[in-house]
Amino acid sequence: MQLIYQMFPLALMSAVPLILGALGGLYSERCGIVNIAIDGTMQIGAFVACITIIFCERAGISNTIIPWFALLTAILSGMAFIAIHGVASIHFRADQTISGTALNVLAGGLTIYLCQILFNGQKQTDYYAMTSSFTKINVPILQDIPFIGPILFKNAYITTYIAFFLVFATWYIVYKTPFGLRLRSCGEFPQASASMGVNVTKTRWAGLMFSGALSGLAGAVLIMTTSSYYYIGTVHGLGFVAIATLIFGQWNPWGVLAGGIFFGFAQVLGYFSSSIPLLSGLPVEFYSIFPYIVTILVLILFSGKSAAPKASGEIYDSGKR
Amino acid sequence: MKKYSHLTISLIAVATGLIFAFLLTLLTGKNPYDLLTALVRSMTGFNLQNIGSFNITYVLNWFLNAVPIILTGLSVAFAYRTGLFNIGGEGQIIAGSTAAAAVAILFDLPPVIHPIVCILAAALAGALWGLLPGFLKAYRNINEVVICIMMNYSGMYFCSWFTKRFLPIDPNTNERTISILKSAELPQVFTSTTSQFNWGFLVAIIGLFVFWFIIEKTTFGYSLRATGFNKEAARFAGMKVERNITLSMMIAGAFSGIAGAVLILGIYKYGRIFTTFDNYGFDGISVALVGGAQSIGVFLAGLLFGLFKAASGNLQLFNIPKEISELIQAIIIYLVAIQYAITLLLNKINMKKNKNQLENKVEGGNTSCN
Repeated sequence: MQLIYQMFPLALMSAVPLILGALGGLYSERCGIVNIAIDGTMQIGAFVACITIIFCERAGISNTIIPWFALLTAILSGMAFIAIHGVASIHFRADQTISGTALNVLAGGLTIYLCQILFNGQKQTDYYAMTSSFTKINVPILQDIPFIGPILFKNAYITTYIAFFLVFATWYIVYKTPFGLRLRSCGEFPQASASMGVNVTKTRWAGLMFSGALSGLAGAVLIMTTSSYYYIGTVHGLGFVAIATLIFGQWNPWGVLAGGIFFGFAQVLGYFSSSIPLLSGLPVEFYSIFPYIVTILVLILFSGKSAAPKASGEIYDSGKR
Repeated sequence: MKKYSHLTISLIAVATGLIFAFLLTLLTGKNPYDLLTALVRSMTGFNLQNIGSFNITYVLNWFLNAVPIILTGLSVAFAYRTGLFNIGGEGQIIAGSTAAAAVAILFDLPPVIHPIVCILAAALAGALWGLLPGFLKAYRNINEVVICIMMNYSGMYFCSWFTKRFLPIDPNTNERTISILKSAELPQVFTSTTSQFNWGFLVAIIGLFVFWFIIEKTTFGYSLRATGFNKEAARFAGMKVERNITLSMMIAGAFSGIAGAVLILGIYKYGRIFTTFDNYGFDGISVALVGGAQSIGVFLAGLLFGLFKAASGNLQLFNIPKEISELIQAIIIYLVAIQYAITLLLNKINMKKNKNQLENKVEGGNTSCN
């Protein structure tokens, strides 16, 4: 029991960037654009959040504002960055996988290049104080609820609750609003939605902007809850795990939530394996490999009845019937 | 609308990438002439800022850096010709590296034969890593990109476990295996220089030839290309589409695996415990795209990107972050991706030119009338 109390907050902490990244992927795939640049966007978001904090610290801005300001800059930078993908995939009929690959390469190069320009040739940013970032909080009253209190409301970051809220908001937007219906229709059969008067180009841009904002946010949350400086390994492929989370969740926000928590647990399982009698004999690599193998298995399992948006990745040609 | 050859598009992409790099150095307060010096020095061995100095090591290092990415470029190109996107190069390289190191350490074979066996083992391991994405794409229609990415991470962790468990670890560092046997090493070509340029380059040349031969000259290659063009038409013509897709991904994996072997036998000379990716697989994507997935194109693009890789040392020497080469690469891939836009632009320019010519002609006609 003690173990679950220790594990759960950590698992939630690692789940949040995955959930946010996967929600980002959900918006773009639902509007018909394959976005493998989530990883790159997360890197940009993490980097921008990090330098925002550092420069705000140097400017002496109060650290009650800094973290929120960092989230905001990360979101904006994510949107700006993913716009490059939008130009290619919405207007210039690019192969979206290739364009996404270009963005991933660009993000890694650009952030480290700028690190060296901004921080005297170092390959990483300076450190910032943990107090200028989000700190762990205990939610009053709720933390006293037996069982649920300690696992959900103790030692938690406020970003966790933001993520939960965004899952709900995404579900509402995608399934309960006219905009969501148009978004989904553009991902399933854009020609049909165009015939009903939906502006496919605009809708796809909107979806992609949501995607960039959420992926940038994912990067910011990642760096602000797990680290205090940016380097090339900050994101370490979590954007791809986020894509796996999206597939695991079958392109559905609630599925994404479940998938994110599952992968979060898989990530922290390694730290705790020595205290779990059944698992202590296994090598560390087993835990690291686990999420990826599970994703492959899930893909095989769902391959017959995949819920993937049908037009995702297809170049939109308004003349095609 | 007029179509343009892939060469035109690639050249425009490369030129734009370079121009952008010069602008970026300017913007971030560095000297663009230093960037030029670093690139020229890595290419020719001459130092522009110290005329008269010449060092052949730089040229050899350029070729040395081109070898693995030509091989990964072939890997991506091979899958691409069958309509597949092989982003799994990283995992395949790691599998190949580990297999090559295992054979190079655990088996005692005569020289010449030993490296060949190592390379074959690496090809097999790479092919094995390409089997699953290919098979699932062919028979269950699961997106190969996602499976490939999952195989990359699985490969990294699996091989790190395998190396720690089955290969003798160097007790001094604990981060790598002991050195491979002398008989398995790919020796230096020119022992008088400090460059590690080794006989691995022959492997790349054989690879280029094999690629060209399979794709262009065999029935199998023809049916692979047909599958890439139109899967249903190929199926209708009686080709075994599923088998083709699986095999194509395996052969692509083999090319990447061989790249891993060449790195281990020629440069590192010990087995590695991977904790990150080296990005050779991603470089392969750029090489294949810029090279138009053709044998000769991959060769030229491989040399180009090899130059960027080789220049990284010189760039740092001249105080320019070496990541600039990644930026150039990203821009080139991006421009190749949006070649539709380039075609539109070129057409517009041409139209203007034609219009001007027409107007000139009209004027000429008038004068002759008078």
